[in-house]
Amino acid sequence: MSTAVFEMKSRRPRSRAAADRRRGYLMVAPLVILLLAVTAYPLFYNLWNSFHFVNLSYGALPHKWVGFSNYSEMFNSSAWTSALVRTALFTLVTVVFDVVVALGLALMLNRRFRGRGFVRAAVLVPWAVPTVVSAMLWKTMFDPRAGFVDYFLGNFHSAWANLSWVNANVWRSWAVIFIADAWKNVPFVAIILLAGLQVIPSEVYEAARVDGATGWQSFRRMTLPLLKPAIMVALIFRTLQAFLVFDVIYILTGGGPGTSTETLSFLNYQTFIINTDFGYGGAISMMLVVITLAVAGVYVRVLRPST
Amino acid sequence: MATVTLEHIGKIYPGGVRAVEDLNLEIADGEFMVLVGPSGCGKTTALRMIAGLEEISEGTIRIGEQVVNDLEPRSRDIAMVFQNYALYPHMTVADNIGFALQLRKMSKQEIRAKVDEAARILGLTEQLGRKPVQLSGGQRQRVAMGRAIVRNPAAFLMDEPLSNLDAKLRVQMRAEIARIQRHLGVATIYVTHDQTEAMTMGDRVAVMRDGILQQVDAPQVLYDRPANVFVAAFIGSPAMNLYEGVVSDDGSHVRLGDQTLDLPRGAAPRDHHGQDVIVGIRPENLADAVTGGSAGTRGSQLEGEVDIVEALGSEKLVHFRIEAPRVQTADAISVDDSGEADALSQGELGTTAMNESVARVEPTSQIRAGERAAFRVDAEHLHLFDPASSLALWPAPRPAEAAAV
Amino acid sequence: MSTAAVEVAAAQRTAVHRRRRRPARRIVREVLFYLAALIVVAISLFPFYWILRTSLESDSQVAAGVGGANGLLPSHLTGSAYVNDFSQQHFLTPLLNSVIVALGTTVVTVIVASLAGYALARLRIRGGAVILAFVLLAGFFPVLAMIGPLFLLFRSLGLLNNIFPLIIVYLVYTLPISTWLLKSFFEQIPPDLEEAALVDGATRLQALRKVVVPVAVPGVFTAGILSFILAWNDFAFAVSFLNTTGNFTAPLSIVTFGQSSFQVFYNRIDAAVVIISIPIALLVLFLQRRIVAGLTAGSFR
Repeated sequence: MSTAVFEMKSRRPRSRAAADRRRGYLMVAPLVILLLAVTAYPLFYNLWNSFHFVNLSYGALPHKWVGFSNYSEMFNSSAWTSALVRTALFTLVTVVFDVVVALGLALMLNRRFRGRGFVRAAVLVPWAVPTVVSAMLWKTMFDPRAGFVDYFLGNFHSAWANLSWVNANVWRSWAVIFIADAWKNVPFVAIILLAGLQVIPSEVYEAARVDGATGWQSFRRMTLPLLKPAIMVALIFRTLQAFLVFDVIYILTGGGPGTSTETLSFLNYQTFIINTDFGYGGAISMMLVVITLAVAGVYVRVLRPST
Repeated sequence: MATVTLEHIGKIYPGGVRAVEDLNLEIADGEFMVLVGPSGCGKTTALRMIAGLEEISEGTIRIGEQVVNDLEPRSRDIAMVFQNYALYPHMTVADNIGFALQLRKMSKQEIRAKVDEAARILGLTEQLGRKPVQLSGGQRQRVAMGRAIVRNPAAFLMDEPLSNLDAKLRVQMRAEIARIQRHLGVATIYVTHDQTEAMTMGDRVAVMRDGILQQVDAPQVLYDRPANVFVAAFIGSPAMNLYEGVVSDDGSHVRLGDQTLDLPRGAAPRDHHGQDVIVGIRPENLADAVTGGSAGTRGSQLEGEVDIVEALGSEKLVHFRIEAPRVQTADAISVDDSGEADALSQGELGTTAMNESVARVEPTSQIRAGERAAFRVDAEHLHLFDPASSLALWPAPRPAEAAAV
Repeated sequence: MSTAAVEVAAAQRTAVHRRRRRPARRIVREVLFYLAALIVVAISLFPFYWILRTSLESDSQVAAGVGGANGLLPSHLTGSAYVNDFSQQHFLTPLLNSVIVALGTTVVTVIVASLAGYALARLRIRGGAVILAFVLLAGFFPVLAMIGPLFLLFRSLGLLNNIFPLIIVYLVYTLPISTWLLKSFFEQIPPDLEEAALVDGATRLQALRKVVVPVAVPGVFTAGILSFILAWNDFAFAVSFLNTTGNFTAPLSIVTFGQSSFQVFYNRIDAAVVIISIPIALLVLFLQRRIVAGLTAGSFR
């Protein structure tokens, strides 16, 4: 009843696994090559430069070997050390604030309620728009003339109207930076935490209720521990992001007033692009790489045992 | 028209794990062959080797006269029904069924005709325009079958197609599949872990364990004359009761703990007189000595402490204990679905602390939990096995079908 | 009444009592919850309203400042800022540049990440784990730190002040997450789909084309959207490598609006901001479920 259709031309190579493997290598090759080109190549070039004197402003001068002098200059420079401290502080405050607020947001979005889709979309929009938008938006909001903040505050207390925020005063400048950054990034963290929440089966909570747990106890002993992997992921992304913050600084304050809002990333940009100093800049950026890898490493080490 | 022949088939995974060893099987044209065994026994691997989805490490597979070892699945003229159906989610039912025909560049009318025919046989005509996600489990299963039968292949391969259906649907589909296969008359190799499916559907059943074929025979033969302890415990539900016993010096009876059972004449081979032996009694061969007819002599009874009586309406299952050590293989434990297997390694026999025996008695039996009860043993249906090799001693196995554990 | 009926009636009475005690507390909770949700939405969206409002002011209104007739909702609205953006500031060019770059990056990303994601999910490659670890590491790599060497590289290739190298650079943002996303996605497609196609008579390639690809479309779509957003949004690299207004991307050009004149024309800046935000906002509003699902697919296995 069957028609025999044995096609001789379909003989496969002795080992199909080997053919698959070859195909596989070909398929991942573009990815690996492209990534290496944009990460490894600049990295090594940069490393090389950091041990040399390379400055385009002094175009004619040869690029000579200077050993570690770029690095020692950096460690001894107050500009760099203050930038480091500032960046670290900013990162710490931002990350803690963002994660706590995002957790609340995620808990809220986890509940089923009418209009949840709309709220979710609304919350996502700040994250999706470019940092430029976020920065400009808050620059507008905090402008003494065109901004909402001053208008609003002015309605409460006339002395508060027309306050200058950005570049007026260190604390106020940081406040604006902080708000612009948090406004944009809390949604991202919230989404990650929300995903983590949704993986927790609801029976866990029901069992806890039957066992007699209150809302707070249930949160502390069920939600938080079960959310740990998500929190770790959120922390690692957010920490690295906050540490490398650049866009909002450039756009809002340009590092000012003075140099009081210069972060490491900003310093990096200034050295490379403004000062065209690729040797010293090399040292700064290598340090950035080291620190970020260290931070990532610490998190991964902490994250590994629980997965 | 094709037979499927497996000669000395073996499969070794990189890393040294051996999934199938020296499997020899011949499936005649139109035969319904079931491969059955506990998980990990190699049945699915064997099926996939026939399909061409796994490479064959040793041996040859022939479909018809053609050696297919090196052929791609698409050239082997086989059709397969997967456990999770593997329906193409982005295609309609009609396209799912007709996909293979499309690949072979049949004309649209021909494809249409064949798809309609298959849909008619399976009762899917209403669903042809729908997508898999809109169908029920049973309907999806039938689409998977439709995909296979529309091709008129040399052989059907089925990988546990019923395991995702609920119990009632399963019983229904069992009959459906059997009916369709009979109607189409195509050699079919059907893999399952459920011995009920195996017994009810197969023309012949091949019992596998740890990659080795234990016995292949018609279902009734497997039931009546299991070749070894594993097959005996695997086939039949509830499983056969197995005990360690000692044959009397004259071979006329066997001692189980503090009780004795008469043996039929010639049952115990001469060289086992006075030796240890494994005794097997199926629950259905134990009757309530009180209500099940004449009480009989002491030597034809077993007495035990009753733990639980399960009333099923048509019969009662009595769980009881006797003082004889019980025998269970590690797989027999998992086959009974009784929670965790103990620390017996695969292939070992051992005595266990679980000494629950089961008897199937008439619904009118008055046996109650917590009492002592007496069961009449149908001596003609006793089984004896050699403890060292696990091979059947009595009834004697059919030659060339047995395998040592 | 019989004892049974009495019992039933008593039970019903207590049930009603219990139901009466709860609602008050619940209502308060519900109200607070919706209030919180409202606040959240307000914080997220009000700033957008504000820039929309500002963008519709005239130059003189902006100079005058907020207040009085020019309050939350100004009495006069005009589109002059928008017109100005396109006619005088030539905003169209940067917009087009951004589109070119973002599309370029997206196309490359989708192709490369799909190939790699499939290979990593399905084909057993020796060193697959290493490649994955490398991709993950690349995701954490502070590429921003590399603007120096990249600058020198582009300079030597004569590609400075050119938008096309940006396509390659943005890949370092888009490739890691897209690969990871697509790999998870391919892993979720059951392998027996392909096997069924093979048994049905397809070659490997046919199986890929006719079965795997159609099923993978949602994942590819999500990766594409994410990549577009990531590429569209970049500022840091643009500001480092581009220096003539004609070559700016949209984010960069907006910032230079603000820096160019003595008086900051917020209406013009905000008009540009609105323009650049609209496509993104629309994408998100309509596809939020897709995006969230894509971001969280297989995250915590």
